[in-house]
Amino acid sequence: MGFSMLGQVFTQMFKKPWTNKFPAKYIPANTTKFLEDVGAGKAKIVPPVEVPPGFRGKIQYDKEKCIGCQLCLKVCPCNAIEFKPKEKKIKIYLARCCFCSQCNDICPTKCLSMSDEFLLADADKYSKDLIVE
Amino acid sequence: MKQKTTTKTTYHIPVGPIHPALKEPVFFEFEIDGERIVDVDVKLGHVHRGIEWASRKRNPVQILYLAERVCGICSYCHPAAFALAVEDVADIEIPERAEYLRVIQGELERICSHTLWAGVAAHEIGFDSVLFLTWQIREKALDLTEYLTGNRVTKAITMIGGVRRDITKDMLPTIQKGLQYLKDNFEKLRHVFLDDKTFKMRSQGCGILTKDDALKLCAVGPTTRASGVKKDVRVDISYFAYGDLDVSHITPDVLTGEVNGDVYDRIIVRLLEVKQSVDLIEQCLDKMPSGDIVAEPKIAKLLNQLKKVNGEGIGRHEAPRGEVIHYVKMDGNDAPFTWKIRAPTYNNILPWIPMLKGEQIADIPIVAASTDPCMSCTNRVGIVKDTKSYELTKEELHRLSVEKTRRLML
Repeated sequence: MGFSMLGQVFTQMFKKPWTNKFPAKYIPANTTKFLEDVGAGKAKIVPPVEVPPGFRGKIQYDKEKCIGCQLCLKVCPCNAIEFKPKEKKIKIYLARCCFCSQCNDICPTKCLSMSDEFLLADADKYSKDLIVE
Repeated sequence: MKQKTTTKTTYHIPVGPIHPALKEPVFFEFEIDGERIVDVDVKLGHVHRGIEWASRKRNPVQILYLAERVCGICSYCHPAAFALAVEDVADIEIPERAEYLRVIQGELERICSHTLWAGVAAHEIGFDSVLFLTWQIREKALDLTEYLTGNRVTKAITMIGGVRRDITKDMLPTIQKGLQYLKDNFEKLRHVFLDDKTFKMRSQGCGILTKDDALKLCAVGPTTRASGVKKDVRVDISYFAYGDLDVSHITPDVLTGEVNGDVYDRIIVRLLEVKQSVDLIEQCLDKMPSGDIVAEPKIAKLLNQLKKVNGEGIGRHEAPRGEVIHYVKMDGNDAPFTWKIRAPTYNNILPWIPMLKGEQIADIPIVAASTDPCMSCTNRVGIVKDTKSYELTKEELHRLSVEKTRRLML
């Protein structure tokens, strides 16, 4: 057949687009302000596509359980974890983290876990949101 | 590169290191006679990132994630080949279930890679509606990858001595639904790519690689199979669970009964391989035995074991683009003494020369893209004609390609 895509293209014109318009239908003039408004409950956000079970997002750290064995430092591929010798606890720099969850696997007390959170963009790589301790 | 003296009728076009069609830097120098390509020279090595050097400060478990970042599309085949090499050094026996799970991941990656390539090929000849159709189908394969491994691209699924995530019974319905979608839409893709007039015009008889040339230049993967050479690591050596599965060489004569070695044949091979991969995943899901998924679940113990080993190992895996080889030498330290990667594109570069000779400038994008090269992206081409030089942008080259398609339509 000559033009096998013609039918497909024609039907596509009447279909709903697949794109999920996250975070808003039209680009807000100021994204930071828009997100602040969402936080204050003034504006509505278009929710992101849901993550599947077992998604590797921001690391969560249960400080009480940690015994300071330093095994996670040994397997971290990008040296994102720092050891605090005084407290015998760890500090994770998410700006360096590659979200492989290898530290979760090796942890003997299971004090580390992965959450669903993935909105981690920040202008400052040492900001409070990007350091887990 | 040194300018060769030319006769009056030909002139030189340097393409790259910033490259037109491909997403990564490589340098070509074409000798052109009017619109025809008389000679080609290729120069490599513009994306050297020192990954192998970075490995000398890391232990094998850390290197798995480094290997994953060699390439975004082959983010499974590099760690898999590295794990095979380390298992070869340390004599680690992999549980049977893990072998099957590794096949599933490998084949899923092949589906993603081949459909991505098909979309790019359609874009190169100016058929963008097919690009969107193909990538819509690829999206389902990516969703499936995300469901099985946790992320879409960097899968982090390989572990030395097995895999990190199991497929449980309650996951099966979702996987089967995804595979059914791919199977249902495969016919649509096959029809568009193999029967459409536009594709036939641009790809038949274009960029021919003969069987002799393919053998002489050691081409690998779909590029060599499209020229009729029966070369596939999955069949030739038994690794993972491929020995137990029904897998065979795919050459274009399976469908058309003849081998031309042109771009059209490369499309056929890749499309049929997508179908084969879906079939292999289904076979794996049927035959998979129960049991462990990793040889040594305690990673600290595994690291201690790897610290003591001495020797060399080789891992070979059939990546979507062809055979990938990893060589590892361990000398009783935390980090390996050396690690060498031979990626499939390295072999598929030289076949460009016989493919491009005698073609037109507008065919450069589709012919170069037809080997599915994997290097990094740019968008400027400089043309030097006599003493005047001017630049040909990616958009310009793409426009030339689209214009040729239109010309052929009229």
